Amino acid sequence: MKVCIIDTGTANLNSVRQALIRLGVDPVISHDPDVLGSADRLVFPGVGSAEAAMGGVNSRGLASFLRQTKIPLLGICLGMQCLGASSSEVPEGSKLEKIDCLGIVPGRVLLLDSKGGRLPHMGWNTVTHVDHPLFEGIRQDSYFYFDHSYAMELGPYAIGTTQYGTKFTSALGRGNFMGVQFHPEKSGACGARLLKNFLDNF
Amino acid sequence: MLARRIIPCLDVKDGVVVKGVQFRNHTVMGSIVDLARRYAEEGADELVFYDITASSDSRVVDKSWVAKVAEVINIPFAVAGGIRTVEEARAILSNGADKISINSPALEDPMLITRLADRFGVSCVVVGIDTYKDPGSGEYLVKQYTGDPSRTITTSRRTLDWVEEVQRRGAGEITLNMMNQDGMRKGYDIEQLKLVRARCKVPLIASGGAGTMEHFYQAFHDADCDGALAASVFHKGAIAIPDLKQYLREKGVTVRD
Repeated sequence: MKVCIIDTGTANLNSVRQALIRLGVDPVISHDPDVLGSADRLVFPGVGSAEAAMGGVNSRGLASFLRQTKIPLLGICLGMQCLGASSSEVPEGSKLEKIDCLGIVPGRVLLLDSKGGRLPHMGWNTVTHVDHPLFEGIRQDSYFYFDHSYAMELGPYAIGTTQYGTKFTSALGRGNFMGVQFHPEKSGACGARLLKNFLDNF
Repeated sequence: MLARRIIPCLDVKDGVVVKGVQFRNHTVMGSIVDLARRYAEEGADELVFYDITASSDSRVVDKSWVAKVAEVINIPFAVAGGIRTVEEARAILSNGADKISINSPALEDPMLITRLADRFGVSCVVVGIDTYKDPGSGEYLVKQYTGDPSRTITTSRRTLDWVEEVQRRGAGEITLNMMNQDGMRKGYDIEQLKLVRARCKVPLIASGGAGTMEHFYQAFHDADCDGALAASVFHKGAIAIPDLKQYLREKGVTVRD
């Protein structure tokens, strides 16, 4: 199986790469649409700001490829947020109201209303999921590792939700497109199982 | 609900894990990768590696082991020790560490906190504070270069002021190392933690003094800390992490299964 990690120039790719290697695949890191188009699975990680990640997508000419691909794709953290309609995480001092994202799902990414809880939302929290192949064999309300301040609102494509002040989309699925707000590569046995499900079940 | 974190701390010196009492008299506890794997498998929520020689020797932590740790464990980990530049931080993060923790270099150059936060995001940037209760005045003061007893100095900074300043400058988390307690296993300084907690809006990690399971409970329940860090009780097997989590769960503390 050929797994490609999409390199938008922002993310720390080594952790995701090592997690996939532990599952027995040797992922290729690339931002070339021809290479990515030949993959059996696409992993779209992201760390940093929405502007930097979408900037990386656009400057590499990846937006139309990503919107049209039929290859099973898993967005992680900011990578998942990029699948939404827009993000309100604009650079400090910017006049922009939002950053346009890929619009693969309609959800908006907003500053997490933690109701006084400390931000970033950092640490282990539970995910309540629907019956979806990505969560096969994973107990309801299992703990995953989160590290973020912005989150996608609830919507029709949420397959997992998490409560931190408010409830937000912590996992989404629309056809071949999937995304998780948490870091499966850092989420112990549950995270490893989710990545294995992504490789095995689509 | 967000779980409270149990964080074994591995003090690294010359490529092996060591532990001293009150930052002195270090003895070898084992290999970095073996201990990292063991703690991840036992249910640690996060690991911290401190190269305790780095700041005082004016050299950066040897990074080859960071990539090896990232190969074997699937939980988050932070690396600390003499990180003075954005470049040094980048090398450690790109090797697979999730956070970098700075201590003495932040005291030398407080703008370093901001540069790191701007480049990597606040949640990657932990500031460690070595705090000491002056027996005479009863004041909490910040110590520097604690990795080497011959170079350790007490700064003029008051701990509570520094806690506020590092947050303004971009710290995403604070680890409070309470030096009067370190390695003594008499418990965290709960009074001090409460004072710091009242001024700390980012995650706060208690460090120094854990000896019993109740000490962890106090850090979470009494002082509302997000995480509790300990070394010797875990390295020497005095407390097993699964037992600790079971104890905390029974006392009503939210911990990860």
